[in-house]
Amino acid sequence: MKVPLSWLREFAAIPADITIEALEEAFVAVGFEVEGVERQGYDLTGPLVVGKVLSAVLVEGQKKPIRYVGVDCGEADVRYVICGASNFEVGDRVVVSLPGAVLPGGFEIAARQTYGHTSNGMICSAKELGINEDHAGIIVLREGNPGDDALKLLEVKDAIFDVAVNPDRGYALSIRGLAREIAASLDVAYTDPASLVNTSGFEINDKGIQVTIEDPSTASVVYIRSIAGFDPAAPTPLWMSRRIEKCGMRSISLAVDITNYVMLELGQPLHAFDASKIDGALHIRRANQEATFVTLDGQERKLSSDNLVVADDEHALALAGTMGGLDSEVTNQTTEIAIEAARFDPITIAKNSRYHRLSSEASRRLERATDPALASISSARAVELMVAHGGAKYVGTATAGSLMEQTVIEFDPHFPAKLLGIPLGDVIVQSKLEIVGCTVENSSPLWKVSVPSWRSDLVTPTDLVEEVARLVGLNEIEGTLPIGKASTTLSPLQYRKRHVAHALATRGFSEVYNYPFVSPEMVSILGFAGARAASFTIANPMSEQAPLLRTHLLPGLLDTAKRNLSRGAKDVAIFEIGTVFRDIVKLAHVAQIGTDSRPSDDEISAIYGSVPPQPLFVGAVVAGSLDRDGWWGSGRSYEWSDAVNDALRIIEESGNQASIIQSDLAPWHPGRCAEFQVNGKAVAHAGELHPRVLEALGLPPRTCAFAVILSELDFPGQKAAPKINTMPAATQDVSLIVDAGIPAAEVERALISGAGELLETITLFDRYENLGEGKVSLAFTLVFRAPDRTLTAEEVSGYRQSAVAMASSSCAAVARA
Amino acid sequence: MTSPHLSADGVEAAKLAALEAISTAPDLEALKEVKINHVGDKSPVAKFSQELGSLDASARAEFGKIVGQAKSAIATAFEARSKVLEAQRDERVLIEERVDVSIPARRTPQGGLHPLTILTNEICDLFLGMGYRVAEGPELEAEWLNFDALNIPADHPARTMQDTFFIEPLDSHLVLRTHTSPVQVRTMLQEKPPIYVICPGRTYRADELDATHTPVFSQVEGLVIDKGITMADLKGTLDHFARSIFGPDVKTRLRSSFFPFTEPSAEVDFYFNGRWIEWGGCGMVNPKVLRAAGIDPDVYSGFAFGMGLERTLMVRHGITDMHDIVEGDTRFAQGFGTGGR
Repeated sequence: MKVPLSWLREFAAIPADITIEALEEAFVAVGFEVEGVERQGYDLTGPLVVGKVLSAVLVEGQKKPIRYVGVDCGEADVRYVICGASNFEVGDRVVVSLPGAVLPGGFEIAARQTYGHTSNGMICSAKELGINEDHAGIIVLREGNPGDDALKLLEVKDAIFDVAVNPDRGYALSIRGLAREIAASLDVAYTDPASLVNTSGFEINDKGIQVTIEDPSTASVVYIRSIAGFDPAAPTPLWMSRRIEKCGMRSISLAVDITNYVMLELGQPLHAFDASKIDGALHIRRANQEATFVTLDGQERKLSSDNLVVADDEHALALAGTMGGLDSEVTNQTTEIAIEAARFDPITIAKNSRYHRLSSEASRRLERATDPALASISSARAVELMVAHGGAKYVGTATAGSLMEQTVIEFDPHFPAKLLGIPLGDVIVQSKLEIVGCTVENSSPLWKVSVPSWRSDLVTPTDLVEEVARLVGLNEIEGTLPIGKASTTLSPLQYRKRHVAHALATRGFSEVYNYPFVSPEMVSILGFAGARAASFTIANPMSEQAPLLRTHLLPGLLDTAKRNLSRGAKDVAIFEIGTVFRDIVKLAHVAQIGTDSRPSDDEISAIYGSVPPQPLFVGAVVAGSLDRDGWWGSGRSYEWSDAVNDALRIIEESGNQASIIQSDLAPWHPGRCAEFQVNGKAVAHAGELHPRVLEALGLPPRTCAFAVILSELDFPGQKAAPKINTMPAATQDVSLIVDAGIPAAEVERALISGAGELLETITLFDRYENLGEGKVSLAFTLVFRAPDRTLTAEEVSGYRQSAVAMASSSCAAVARA
Repeated sequence: MTSPHLSADGVEAAKLAALEAISTAPDLEALKEVKINHVGDKSPVAKFSQELGSLDASARAEFGKIVGQAKSAIATAFEARSKVLEAQRDERVLIEERVDVSIPARRTPQGGLHPLTILTNEICDLFLGMGYRVAEGPELEAEWLNFDALNIPADHPARTMQDTFFIEPLDSHLVLRTHTSPVQVRTMLQEKPPIYVICPGRTYRADELDATHTPVFSQVEGLVIDKGITMADLKGTLDHFARSIFGPDVKTRLRSSFFPFTEPSAEVDFYFNGRWIEWGGCGMVNPKVLRAAGIDPDVYSGFAFGMGLERTLMVRHGITDMHDIVEGDTRFAQGFGTGGR
């Protein structure tokens, strides 16, 4: 909320010499962030006076309407100035800056020759004075006498604080509330403006417009005060319009300005109805009778039956607490006015406002809860002002509902010290509560603290501690450092995540974090099916094009790879570790669960069961070289087998052993994709991507990718140390001819099982394809070692033969001569 | 039988000839030749040696000594010359094999961790050392855990579609979590106090991506629930946290604020490079939140705090544009390497 210092000073005894910075700090200290300060008139010096226009003569021969104007500035002689504005007439009162004045921007006023005359000053616009952006014309005053100090009359010099008000502090969206806060922070005297309003002269009677509340849960109290004989042509006093403008609103007409002024001052939104348009009485009720309604901004709005309206006997006249209706608004013909002030239910108003996407000054205050006591006080204040400035006569008051019961909190005075961790005596605690407006009954050890009507947010003892804390000052708290009590380490999955990220980064991969938002188009390009096509859909996505949650890391990685290439990268190796979302498990449905106590075990498992499992993946995409060309010669490209190696390393370093089978899973190349199985479960895929996918996405040919489900891999626990045998090793080479369709891994497995337990390692060192007849040759090196002796040539040759025999019988392998 | 050649003068002459040849051998190749001619089995001295056997005892003793001394002198000279020539050869070879070591090395491609990972690890390590556990939870989360249990009722403005991503159908009551606080709730439902956890993770709010905002961001939250926990404990923990992340001279301040799940609530700022910077929110856990998780607020109290990691990174590393953090340009992670300092 924007608040001018001059207005705050009316109710808070702010020291005259305080700096703006100190005031900002004072607001911040009690929990009100200052988002900005506008200094008006700080770079402006007079003399600036009121002048009455005596003559205005058009200067001939100019393209623009330049006038030579005679003004009475309360001086002995008429002062003449040149003026280009045309929104004033002889007899009008204007603001004249005299020679010697300096306007904002260092603009010095002096007598000067122009358009063939001497201009002895300047007639000013609001923009030239820096008080308004309005540059349409010069200021025409309705008040003041020639020679009066215009700076004073316009209250030009002011500091306007833009104060952020937290949603629990509706009372502070007013001069009343913020003056109280700044007075409390500076420890100076405060006068409650509500206490200055005398409501005793406004008796409740059956004159004027009457009112009912259909459902007390929607509004606890309402006052309707009626006036007649209002002069619709009466102007808004300058001080009032200036204050309204300083608060960031526009001055419209006296009747509207008064409702806004009172709202700004006290915090209670008021609505002024043209009483002559009201048929019968006013009723606060749900909009179950009408389908549409035209608000005063001219928009026709579809009503929902649970919208709250203020209606007369026939029609809805206002969207309650949100915006008035076009039909009953105060016009320049209105002489009879009904002023409505109600304490609406905050949630009902929030729903009204949200349903119509209509946030108004009124709804902002009412949805944060207003002071019920203000319904009477603020409407009385508005009547006072209409009588004083609009020549109106008071007619009568009607009311419905009642004030809410005052909240009384049982309060242990030692509780603030206990929760805040600082010593606080009873006297301090009590004084802070009283500054807030509470009444403290301290005759028993457990105090009874009565909460003021404007603080409906204070309900529990902890709420009171917060008030004490912010008024004492949170920075009075000296820090202490508690230490946790559990012996703690990272979880196995957390360790794994760290290790994998670090290992990949060390091997040349750059880590990225992609948004998990995916387009259906991408899903179709990648050919996802089954679980990977079972996406969750965001109801309100950032982009209508990408409403799906990722089921895999590849969509984001491929986009990011492309972004890097388009920025000129030659080689890209990126990885991401993140969760994916698959709608493949039947989820529990959660009914309404309360929050007053711990939910039952059944309810907790229902809540947990309503959330899908979200596996953790690592995925990577590589395009380009593993080792680039250079002065050393040529490098080499990253290829499918590198992807297999990288995936395998992740699996093996997690303590798991994988078997590799040929896969045609999209979006990989159907002939170049390895699936990794651990205990029969597919946990990873690696290889080259499908050429058509790469083409569709504009990625280079032979781009590779791998993905491993980190959360699917077992956690085998601590690794057993390997046995290191030191006896000599014996090496045997085996060359086999097999059908090209038989996977090398299968041949290797056969050799291993045939070779016996003294086989230490087996390595495929050659694969030769050009044998014809669909045969390939595979050459392996087998290394044997015994723990306790040197192996003899006969022994080793026997193991070799038995390995070959196994390969022959299970893979139809033939030993090469 | 006396060898006509074996004489003191003869030995001396052979020795001198050998020493001369050794000392003038220009390289190892020549020295090899010298060895054959003057040191080996066919050299004069070797022949004298062979002849010793045919002498009588006294002559053998006399000449044996002379020949022995000559052999030894030749061997010593040969060794010395070998060493000199080997050294010369080594020196020459090393000079010939010299390379320009300033030439760009054959480097393996450069990778790097995303700084969000580095910072997360740093924070987790800090709190692990203080006896906290690292707690994580799902990003797609139950509305009840993300909102209701945290005293954010159904009509709260945070629960509108302007702020929160909802999942279809709406009666699935699933949202992309708007903060990591549901992890705190899960922890409170699953564990009994004392609770000391730090919760890092990805969070979502419907903000457009610009220089300072992103709809997908990262938070870290801390939660402590124990007997006698005070706001002073919160302040001390935040001080320690800020100093560890931003340097030993960093100060923090608390500003009174409002969050539904804490009471009292505060914003925490830190003083860095000459100005106060907003860091995050914090406060004492609202008794309503404790009660919803079945923890007795008359026995236990607690504090919670939460910070945005992107903002922390931006301040600490002088990142001026959020796009760099979210776009995955490899140059960004490469600039941070693997997190060494």
